[in-house]
Amino acid sequence: MKEREYETVIGLEVHVELATRTKIFCGCTTEFGGKPNSHTCPVCTGMPGSLPVLNRQVVEYAMAVGLALNCEISRCCKFDRKNYFYPDNPQNYQISQLYEPICRNGRIEIETGDVTKTVRIHEIHMEEDAGKLIHDEWEECSLVDYNRSGVPLIEIVSEPDMRDAAEVIAYLEKLRLIIQYLGASDCKLQEGSMRADVNLSVRERGASLLGTRTEMKNLNSFKAITRAISGERDRQIELLEDGKEVIQDTRRWDDNKERSYPMRSKEDAQDYRYFPEPDLPPVMISEEWINAVKKRQPELRTEKMARYQKEYGLSEYDAQIITGTKRLADLFEETAKLCGNPKKAANWIMGETLYLLKENHMDPEDASFSPAYLACLIDMTESGVINGAAAKQAFAEIFLHNTDPVVFVDTHGLRIERNDDTLRSLVQKVLDENPQAIADYQAGKKKAIGFLVGQTMKATGGKAAPGDVNRILSELLFSHKPL
Amino acid sequence: MNIIQMPALMLGQMIKNREISAVEAAQAYLAQIEAKEKSLHGFVTVDRDGALARARAAQQAIEDGTLTGPLAGVPCAVKDNIMTEGLLTTCGSRMLNSFVPAFSAEAVHRLEKAGAVILGKTNMDEFAMGSTSETSAYGPVRNPWNTDHVPGGSSGGSAAAAASCECAFALGSDTGGSIRQPSGFCGVTGLKPTYGTVSRYGLVAYASSLDQIGPVARNVPDCAAVLEAIASYDAKDSTSMKRDAYDFTESLRDDVQDLRIGIPSDYLEGGKDGVTGLSDDVRKAVLSAAETLKERGARVEEFQLNYVRYAVPAYYIIADAEASSNLARYDGTKYGYRTGSYDDLHSLYKRTRSEGFGAEVKRRIMLGSFVLSSGYYDAYYLKALKVKALIKKAFDDAFSRYDVILAPSAPTTAPRLGESLSDPLAMYLSDIYTVSANLAGLPGICLPCGFDSKGLPIGLQMLGDCFMEKKIIRAAYTFEKSRGPIDYSRCSREEAAS
Repeated sequence: MKEREYETVIGLEVHVELATRTKIFCGCTTEFGGKPNSHTCPVCTGMPGSLPVLNRQVVEYAMAVGLALNCEISRCCKFDRKNYFYPDNPQNYQISQLYEPICRNGRIEIETGDVTKTVRIHEIHMEEDAGKLIHDEWEECSLVDYNRSGVPLIEIVSEPDMRDAAEVIAYLEKLRLIIQYLGASDCKLQEGSMRADVNLSVRERGASLLGTRTEMKNLNSFKAITRAISGERDRQIELLEDGKEVIQDTRRWDDNKERSYPMRSKEDAQDYRYFPEPDLPPVMISEEWINAVKKRQPELRTEKMARYQKEYGLSEYDAQIITGTKRLADLFEETAKLCGNPKKAANWIMGETLYLLKENHMDPEDASFSPAYLACLIDMTESGVINGAAAKQAFAEIFLHNTDPVVFVDTHGLRIERNDDTLRSLVQKVLDENPQAIADYQAGKKKAIGFLVGQTMKATGGKAAPGDVNRILSELLFSHKPL
Repeated sequence: MNIIQMPALMLGQMIKNREISAVEAAQAYLAQIEAKEKSLHGFVTVDRDGALARARAAQQAIEDGTLTGPLAGVPCAVKDNIMTEGLLTTCGSRMLNSFVPAFSAEAVHRLEKAGAVILGKTNMDEFAMGSTSETSAYGPVRNPWNTDHVPGGSSGGSAAAAASCECAFALGSDTGGSIRQPSGFCGVTGLKPTYGTVSRYGLVAYASSLDQIGPVARNVPDCAAVLEAIASYDAKDSTSMKRDAYDFTESLRDDVQDLRIGIPSDYLEGGKDGVTGLSDDVRKAVLSAAETLKERGARVEEFQLNYVRYAVPAYYIIADAEASSNLARYDGTKYGYRTGSYDDLHSLYKRTRSEGFGAEVKRRIMLGSFVLSSGYYDAYYLKALKVKALIKKAFDDAFSRYDVILAPSAPTTAPRLGESLSDPLAMYLSDIYTVSANLAGLPGICLPCGFDSKGLPIGLQMLGDCFMEKKIIRAAYTFEKSRGPIDYSRCSREEAAS
């Protein structure tokens, strides 16, 4: 009997925390951290008598993301209450959007290998984040921190258009890039400013109906998502192969144990009793407002790539790497503008910056050095104030501690020595110590000069300009009597 | 006339003229509260020391010339579902038996800015749910005209306190008639403004899309003056409206010659077959009031309003749905009542809410949860919204032909204590004349238009189109002029008739 072949069908619900200064329904700061419950007020702690007031910036960010994802923008969007009892939710209802979300019917193109595919966006809606529960094992109690309560979120719901983990990752990376470029969020999975829930089902290849899906939560890295997809796919296929049924449920992925656990099944799924939020009138979105947001829409990656090739003469490959994250593109462009040398700026971003990011297990978003320092470093190298080795040494400091390169070079004595007399006596000393190299050179082994340059550089402690060393060496060798 | 029986504006004028000090006024009212509270129970909290301190501060500001408004130094009361910073606010519920707000409602801020002196917090149906002020966790309020009867609800404490001269005026809240109906039962004047006129910031929500704060006073000018003081656009309330003008007292003119007044004939179909259960006493008094207005030159006629019988069911579905969500926050985790013992989170929730809420509140939370639950939402909640739209349209049609709609405020005068709660459906149905104004967002005023054979007051209601408070204030003022002042000495004496 021929083995059955299965196809995986995946749709995503992606929550993105928006980068507004204040919360969605009150004036409290959205700043991360802070003493528990210090970023709160009567509104975001659900005090009786308090009322929500919508933050316009949230609507504009949601519109900006919707426009970038080719969505239709609702002209009259409404908020609804999602009712459920849990202590992280001070009112025991969440203000969200069910009936009239702000964006609908979008699509984005994703690339996996050489294949381009369209993923449709079902909708984007705005909602408020909940607080954080801290379970104190020692005191046998739970504590609530409402600093996150009321932080604005958008939820981007895709159609079930993805078929494997590679497509899912490509989709998420594309979303992240677009949203970062828009400045609507920093989209950090680890810190939870971007969270993806995976809806997954399997069916026999060629089947037209969808299988029963499960929803997986608690996925906080691309690696975890990849593992969870493969784990859940295998679990569902195994069930079907055993003649069992997949039960529609919500599952929690445990990335350490590499398996998922049921949180709640459809039978005990909560009835959220959604109804229109009476405290907030509908948000009327005019053509003019949409156009104004469109006009302010920043340059996205495709346009930036084209411009970098045209304006800065980068190769397509270089432009692609540099625009791979908004942070790198910003660092590049700022540095290039300051030092007037886009080629060198690109090399530093693609070379040392990427290397140090990897070396320090950092995301490009974490790179926090000042482009002015990198530009200064490039200037110093180009004008021969320091050599390449010293520049790398200095950049490591700039990268990690944002140290002023001038200060670093001076305190470490890395400036190139341009005194010919000193250099000449050093070279002479090297020649005296290496008669064999001279003999080789005179015998026609021109490579021997490389060795002598190296020895001289070592003797100068790396402070000599390689050009100077070469010049003086050639001079002295030329005048040297044959051995 | 002694201090406590003076209308608020008259007292304000005398304080301004230094004939009476704000402190003397507060002391006089506090003495009256002391004398009447045993039999009335109109207050949950009397803030004696705070009131005297506020009165002294007001007097100082008046003498300094920094406080000059018509309500400066005038003692008042605030319904206990309106937040007062630092002063216990219980909503008539055990759930909030220890709740001291950290901020005051916008309406309270505005009252304080006007220099009014808050004496205390008035008793009410629990979370404003009830038509008799018997569902309060702190015991029922009694009708000052006859303490065997209820004062109406849910702002029964505010209406009883105003009638019995325990305050010069009070703030109430009206979700389905909670200002107008008790004002009718207690023979005082109460006004429910157009939705969005008074900020709801700091009003503990019962049904957010219907709730409005409004004044209860002993005559129409006082009502207009208090409304003028508390009405404002407030950015903290997204449903607050920016209105062109807030000068409601401008319309205190004794003139109805240009007004067209309509009486819905479907409101008058009393008796066993009628939808309204209207009593003969009330019908007669309302029709006689219509006659008075006609004599003063208004054009008065009956018309068919339609959809009358659907208003109460639509109201209770919408109000309870919103209430079930608004009251979800009272769970014992953050503030207010918490059960004494529990095993886990769910038992904490269950026991706290079972013990903290009274029967009527629980009934409405259950009804509201039911109409919103999946599978029933369309059949109940959505249908109720459609009815609400039809009712709004019926009123739009009516207001294209009339400036003021005249109606009773309730089918009967105040029922006896203990008669209503055993049959909640009958109690709900008695809200027939008031709920429509909330569903349609309309302003409504209620003022006394007579007494029944037992000596209980009869309320006359005037509804206006949205933002047309001035028209109903003018019609009410004109009627009041013809009717003459009500003698409140009968219900403000130490031993009221029983």
